[in-house]
Amino acid sequence: MYLELLSNLPGVSGDEGAVRRAIVDLLTGEDAPDPPLTIRTDTLGNLLVHKQGRHRGPRIMLAAHMDEVGLMVTTIKESGQLQFKPVGGIDPRVLVSKVVKVGEQLIPGVIGSKAIHLQKREERKKPYTLEQLYLDIGAGGKEEALELVKPGDYASFDTALVPLGDGYVRGKAFDDRAGCAVLVELLLMESELSFDAAFTVQEEVGSRGAAVAAYSLQPELALVIEGTMASDTPGTAPDFTITRLGHGPALSFMDRSFIADRRLWQQLITVAEERGLPYQHRRFAGGGTDAGAVALSREGVKTAVVAVPCRYIHTPHSVMKISDLKDTVSLIKAWFESGVRI
Amino acid sequence: MENLLKLLTEAFGPSGEESEVAALIEQKIRGAVDHLYTDKLGNLVAVRQGPSPRIVISAHMDEIGVIITHIDDQGFARLAPVGGVLPHQLVGQRVRLKQGRVGVVYHEKIKNLKELDWPRLYLDLGAEKQVEEIRIGDLAVLEQPFVNAGGRFLAKAMDNRAGCAVLIEALRRLPREIPQELCFVFSVQEEVGLRGARTAAYHLKPDFGLAVDVTRVGDTPKAPLMAVALGKGAAIKVKDSSVITHPIVRQLMIDTAEQHNIPYQLEILERGGTDAGVIHLSREGVPTGALSIPCRYVHTPSEMVDPADLKAAVELLKKLCTSNWPV
Repeated sequence: MYLELLSNLPGVSGDEGAVRRAIVDLLTGEDAPDPPLTIRTDTLGNLLVHKQGRHRGPRIMLAAHMDEVGLMVTTIKESGQLQFKPVGGIDPRVLVSKVVKVGEQLIPGVIGSKAIHLQKREERKKPYTLEQLYLDIGAGGKEEALELVKPGDYASFDTALVPLGDGYVRGKAFDDRAGCAVLVELLLMESELSFDAAFTVQEEVGSRGAAVAAYSLQPELALVIEGTMASDTPGTAPDFTITRLGHGPALSFMDRSFIADRRLWQQLITVAEERGLPYQHRRFAGGGTDAGAVALSREGVKTAVVAVPCRYIHTPHSVMKISDLKDTVSLIKAWFESGVRI
Repeated sequence: MENLLKLLTEAFGPSGEESEVAALIEQKIRGAVDHLYTDKLGNLVAVRQGPSPRIVISAHMDEIGVIITHIDDQGFARLAPVGGVLPHQLVGQRVRLKQGRVGVVYHEKIKNLKELDWPRLYLDLGAEKQVEEIRIGDLAVLEQPFVNAGGRFLAKAMDNRAGCAVLIEALRRLPREIPQELCFVFSVQEEVGLRGARTAAYHLKPDFGLAVDVTRVGDTPKAPLMAVALGKGAAIKVKDSSVITHPIVRQLMIDTAEQHNIPYQLEILERGGTDAGVIHLSREGVPTGALSIPCRYVHTPSEMVDPADLKAAVELLKKLCTSNWPV
């Protein structure tokens, strides 16, 4: 399963090299399609891949971002512990006691905090702030730490994917390695239409890679493939469920960054309904995606978002259902087969 | 003007779904322009060909609205805002879907008005269960008829159909020969972040830009301090949060107004932006200004403008179209 390989790799925004290399290996390895894919990496690190299909059709861009949220080391303390800042949107409350890998050498570490015995009564009532947390890599002092890491090093969650229950998986970075896995599958299988795939960088810090990728690819139509939030969990009223696991890909009508091209959005719904493929609405108008940057590229691009629902995104442990990943591939494939006439 | 404005303000055109407004405008200006087309994002572009320089004149077609995010078993819909709509403006307010269906927005039981927020609001469309013709993702606009209130005009979507009307009227009165190329852009998705004008400007590569939009006023009881008033003429924007008018454009606007005795006022809008904000940053940069129509109660179901200001805006825009812009 490509998702396991891809989501286990570290790839915090700005440091997507390992993910990019793994994708290139998958696309050129033993499963490589014939004719071979045209692959290049642009200045910012986006991986741009051209897939030749049976027909040419309009210029289509499919995008998924390679980066994940994580941490960056800012200061090494005299004690040998590391101060850090978040890269992308992270709730500080999920960080305490999580294990991470730090720097190019992937040094194991843990996000430390005061033991319960040492906390005053008042301290126990409040969650830790970022300033109170630190990274512990087992260094006895600043010099010892500097042999292993330096300021500016990234830290990513040290999580390995494991299967859960019947058809579920738990792992990190499903936002958006789920989208990357979908895109890899689409590139490796026969395609009705030709398309450009963009594995983008730096989405979590403001869709920076997607803006330049779309500028260079100049698509007429774009589909952004995302891992989006699922809220089918205790504490969410049915009226406010955003997406649910196991109900197929989620289509966005809008988010903070874009409003879906109404005809493209409707076309995806029609394709799903006509083919009897599962889909759901992403019932939320907030959050941002690469769609915002892509839709406003150059003279404008008709854009939609198809997303794989994931619980607990932007934490070290997300949960998703594998069938949603497969149904996302099927919907995009069916959309190609419908001829994509906009 | 009154009839045109009634037609335009009562049309359906929330951000992302502006095609009904575009079709109306197209009807009014076909024949008065050399080219007319709709681009990928839905901007309607009308070109009057002429020699260099090329001036892009933009007015956005979209209006604020709401979008349906959930529908429960009893047929009640939940909403999210599209553009800057405040939840308290919607209580008891009727809204209309594209297919014509009208409903009312109300709130769950609350103890205090401060609790009024989007999750507490719902839309009642008179359905008793989930029905085929009301779907998640449907957009709705405020339902409010145009009225002439003692000579001033009150309507929803005056922001910015007033600007669209000014462009249409100016365009229809242009002489046969014009000293420069004019590209009139009726833009989409301004209310959600100046999106349409950005891609239109990229495509058109203008030498100068001009946005025509409504602006706020400071002439009502205990209003926030602002030196723009209804009925005092067209407003020449000096600055807002999205743009500082280029000095060449500002001076040209002032000189033109004074030369032709067109009433005008200078506008500094402390919070708010307009299409000029993205046009002036397009490609290598574009000297850009904005012509504003003073408007009370912006982003409410009843936005008010004064016909004298509209007349001044049309006159100033027309004269600007025929003035010599520096090459």
